[in-house]
Amino acid sequence: MILDSKIPEGPLAEKWNSHKFGVKLVNPANKRKYDIIVVGTGLAGASAAATFGELGYNVKAFCFQDSPRRAHSIAAQGGINAAKNYQNDGDSVFRLFYDTIKGGDYRAREANVYRLAEVSVNIIDQCVAQGVPFARDYGGLLANRSFGGAQVSRTFYARGQTGQQLLLGAYSALNRQIAYGKVKVYPRTEMLDLVMVDGKARGIVTRNLITGKIESHSAHAVVLATGGYGNVFFLSTNAMGSNATAAWRAHKKGALFANPCYTQIHPTCIPVSGGYQSKLTLMSESLRNDGRVWVPKTVEIAERLRKGEIRVADIAEADRDYYLERKYPAFGNLVPRDVASRNAKLVCDEGRGVGSSGLAVYLDFADAIKREGQPAIAAKYGNLFEMYAKITDENPYEIPMRIYPAVHYTMGGLWVDYNLMTNVPGLYAAGECNFSDHGANRLGASALMQGLADGYFVLPYTIGDYLAKMPYDRVPVDHPAFIEAEQNVKAITNKLLSIKGTRTVDEFHKALGLLMWEYCGMARNAEGLKFAKQEIRKLRDEFWRDVKVTGVNEELNQTLERAHRVADFLELGELMVDDALHREESCGGHFREEHQTPENEALRDDENFAYVAAWEYTGEGNQPVLHKEELKFENVKLTQRSYK
Amino acid sequence: MAGSNPNAKPMDLTLKVWRQKNRDTAGQLVTYPVKGISPDMSFLEMLDVLNEDLLIRGEEPIAFDHDCREGICGMCSLFINGRAHGPERGTTTCQLHMRHFKDGDTITIEPWRAAAFPVHKDLVVDRSALDRIQQAGGYVSVNTGGVPDANAIPIPKTVADKAFDAATCIQCGACVAACKNASAMLFVSAKVSQLAMLPQGKTERKTRVENMVAQMDIEGFGACTNTGACAAECPVGISLENINILRREFIAAKATSENLA
Amino acid sequence: MSWFTKTFSSTIGRKIIMSITGLFLCSFLVVHLIGNLQLFKDDGGAAFNLYSYFMANNIVIRIMEIVLVAGFVFHIYDAIVLTRKNKAARPIDYAEQRPQDNSTWSSRNMGLLGTVILVFLIIHLWNFFVPARFGGLEGVVIDDVEYENLYIRVVESFQIWWYVLIYVISMIALAYHLIHGFQSAFQTLGLDHKKYTPFIQKFGYAFSVLVCLGFAIIPIYFFFFFR
Repeated sequence: MILDSKIPEGPLAEKWNSHKFGVKLVNPANKRKYDIIVVGTGLAGASAAATFGELGYNVKAFCFQDSPRRAHSIAAQGGINAAKNYQNDGDSVFRLFYDTIKGGDYRAREANVYRLAEVSVNIIDQCVAQGVPFARDYGGLLANRSFGGAQVSRTFYARGQTGQQLLLGAYSALNRQIAYGKVKVYPRTEMLDLVMVDGKARGIVTRNLITGKIESHSAHAVVLATGGYGNVFFLSTNAMGSNATAAWRAHKKGALFANPCYTQIHPTCIPVSGGYQSKLTLMSESLRNDGRVWVPKTVEIAERLRKGEIRVADIAEADRDYYLERKYPAFGNLVPRDVASRNAKLVCDEGRGVGSSGLAVYLDFADAIKREGQPAIAAKYGNLFEMYAKITDENPYEIPMRIYPAVHYTMGGLWVDYNLMTNVPGLYAAGECNFSDHGANRLGASALMQGLADGYFVLPYTIGDYLAKMPYDRVPVDHPAFIEAEQNVKAITNKLLSIKGTRTVDEFHKALGLLMWEYCGMARNAEGLKFAKQEIRKLRDEFWRDVKVTGVNEELNQTLERAHRVADFLELGELMVDDALHREESCGGHFREEHQTPENEALRDDENFAYVAAWEYTGEGNQPVLHKEELKFENVKLTQRSYK
Repeated sequence: MAGSNPNAKPMDLTLKVWRQKNRDTAGQLVTYPVKGISPDMSFLEMLDVLNEDLLIRGEEPIAFDHDCREGICGMCSLFINGRAHGPERGTTTCQLHMRHFKDGDTITIEPWRAAAFPVHKDLVVDRSALDRIQQAGGYVSVNTGGVPDANAIPIPKTVADKAFDAATCIQCGACVAACKNASAMLFVSAKVSQLAMLPQGKTERKTRVENMVAQMDIEGFGACTNTGACAAECPVGISLENINILRREFIAAKATSENLA
Repeated sequence: MSWFTKTFSSTIGRKIIMSITGLFLCSFLVVHLIGNLQLFKDDGGAAFNLYSYFMANNIVIRIMEIVLVAGFVFHIYDAIVLTRKNKAARPIDYAEQRPQDNSTWSSRNMGLLGTVILVFLIIHLWNFFVPARFGGLEGVVIDDVEYENLYIRVVESFQIWWYVLIYVISMIALAYHLIHGFQSAFQTLGLDHKKYTPFIQKFGYAFSVLVCLGFAIIPIYFFFFFR
């Protein structure tokens, strides 16, 4: 299989424009003859579905939540980047492109990232027109902040709820199309299989989560916008329902899965408090604009602190190690996420962590409060401080926050070409679900940008190019391919229900999560990964022998829903380990202990690994096949990232 | 582990939980004792613990809605001890922690109750009525592309902030659950007033309020008696003022719109 | 349905009618109370009887009487329609509720308070209004002209302890009804402003207490001090 990224010819800045001219168009009167399925209604899915509807296509949109507005994009806090240069501080499309490529540790496609930077400006215009209440200055114009290691203020935000406001914008656009009858939404419906006819994606099989009914939906193209797979770790900042099932089952039908080992561990999350913990809560990265990260200078002080012999206030300024400011004077507390996370792990591994578990570092606002006053800090971060206080019962205005890294985002995903189409014709992947734009590490405020870029401004062009070449006729849902897929789904469901074992789905999920976190988390090594692979296989075998799923299919059965998802995580986890094992370098979120500089920084191997690793499924328990897409860098010079 | 209060003792509680097989059957409260609950657990984690126990015993776990567990998706929806989202103000169920309960407490857990929110199962209700109200007009009619530059329309910061306050509604339905009349006025008003305040929303303000209020009535929500329970129980603090804005919009629209239907 | 009937049969429209009629009835209370204050005049009821004659025979007052009846009818009719709709909006009630944590008792019990007031109204009309308007009172001569003696009916009625009790309880109910209703009416009309709402709320409270106190003093006065 040769992976054709379909990157247009021409200079970088011209590629998207010339491509838009090159794509085939569907006559406006003929658009209503095409049906498009969109799975997932987050930023990418909702914006795509709404825009397809506006263009005149018939759209069916699916989400497992009870309303499309609850997709996990809603929880994004910090902001959205756009190269508007409203602040006149030297930003440009090229600089946003450059920062994103560099932030991704040179493992993303230049052309995709440039396009992303280019359309970023349109996104802000679009959202404002929809009534998204971005933060504004007193003059009435839009406010910006610097975010996630950027040297310019290009981040647009709506307090700490930017994802919510952007998603509500897309949801409102979607509602308008629902009212017009162009989009039909299927809430509480989960995609459980992809249906292919003559080698093309032509529909999906779903389960109605209320009635359990297995249904087929036919279309001319299928878009997966189902988010990331961070919940493979059980504990993550993802929503409880976030899952990889749609993407994974498409993978099993032939779609390649790219760079699965690139996972982002976010540095500022609330630490784990007990074994019952169900999820981790992110504290927006924007907090690092004013908060200073530190741990006690010595292990002794840290130990006394953990034992409760001394309190934070007792630690003298000289005994505090502001390690990020010390090691990275230029970027200080604003180094990219992977660097901040790894350093938190390093100091905790040294025994200097705080909190009773020792798995936390301080994020201290005392200086900022002294400098700007508590009201100013409350205006910026009030809702985040409140959330922290609710969860931990500590007042962050008085005691520094305790934070620790947690799984947050997955850069890997279904392999797509420049058109966002997977290697399966007619199957598209957008947003976090695809692998395309963030390389090995995503910069803050870039996920919202990518989701909306894909949905509003990329897919609406590229999908037309594909549909224009498709005949109008619809595949009936009694086509053998649909019947077979339905039977496949029913067989998996029946198997899950019939095992009637002794261990719960959550037990397996937690066990998998611990393995992944320990061996395929912030730092990885060959030995650990090999061990993890064996253990995951064992766990998977046990799952299919001993899992306990109560109830029946024909009802609201949350245990069964989870069982489907965990079954897929148990396979995906192994692929992540395979990918991490094969990538003998460190880059971005993938840190191999064998490959580091003397200062513990990630050591890339551009000569051998400047490629996208796209994995092909070859059947249950078989070793997947690796396909490589070489990454060509013609506009940026590959350098060791330095934030010193 | 790193719990905030290492001295807090585990609690034993008695839960009375609404169990209902599906929309068509009657339900009842069932009593479950739970033991060893850490005060640092969230309310939903406490239910997770109970559900794991039930599963091990081969009993049907309790169905409840939840997703983000950080108070923003609006999926969680429990009526706890006679209050929507429980005893803490400004808090969703998922952000409610067990430290607000005492050892030996009996906790009654019920679903949102409204004719417009039929129970799917146990504590899971159907809130699609709220989506349908949004579809009736909770948007600005702009297509993707072809919009003016974002800074072409200056909006005073005070207006933007106020619109934002209204826009933070998470559509959880606690306002309906808390209202003695199961009225959805606070929910509807949040969207209507957000868009009425912003210049982008002004062009369609009359049709929007007329259509959204009409849909609200069709869905069978009750009327507003100005008790203020909705705003008091709203986890994100949507202000009652929005309801008055909604009324002004409604009166102005009915008096001046071209719509004779 | 025309746009007009549609508007006023929507939940918000019905509440608007409730609030307009409610405020109108408040203004009636003021007029009624001022008139009644003449009961305290120490002239054997002459001023009061002249006043009641005027009220029963002046053409403007007679027209306003029709408006007043309409105000009551719309207020009560919409209250019944809305209450039924509100009950239907929650067919199964919660097993446990703590509404006291989020709202005032009077705001939640406007229907109950209104019913008490309605029962009172019927008793009150039967005892005073019906005989005054349709005959059945004794005559009294003031300045050589015979008038109906409503005054003596008042005096006699308020010698009965349980009658006084009904009045006092009803006025307490009315006070609570107004404490919520007065300011709520302004909200329902969307008349809400940071600058003025606090005043409306305080005024409404004072209005409710003073007006109802004024009415309640009459039976108490006649029972205790007029024998």
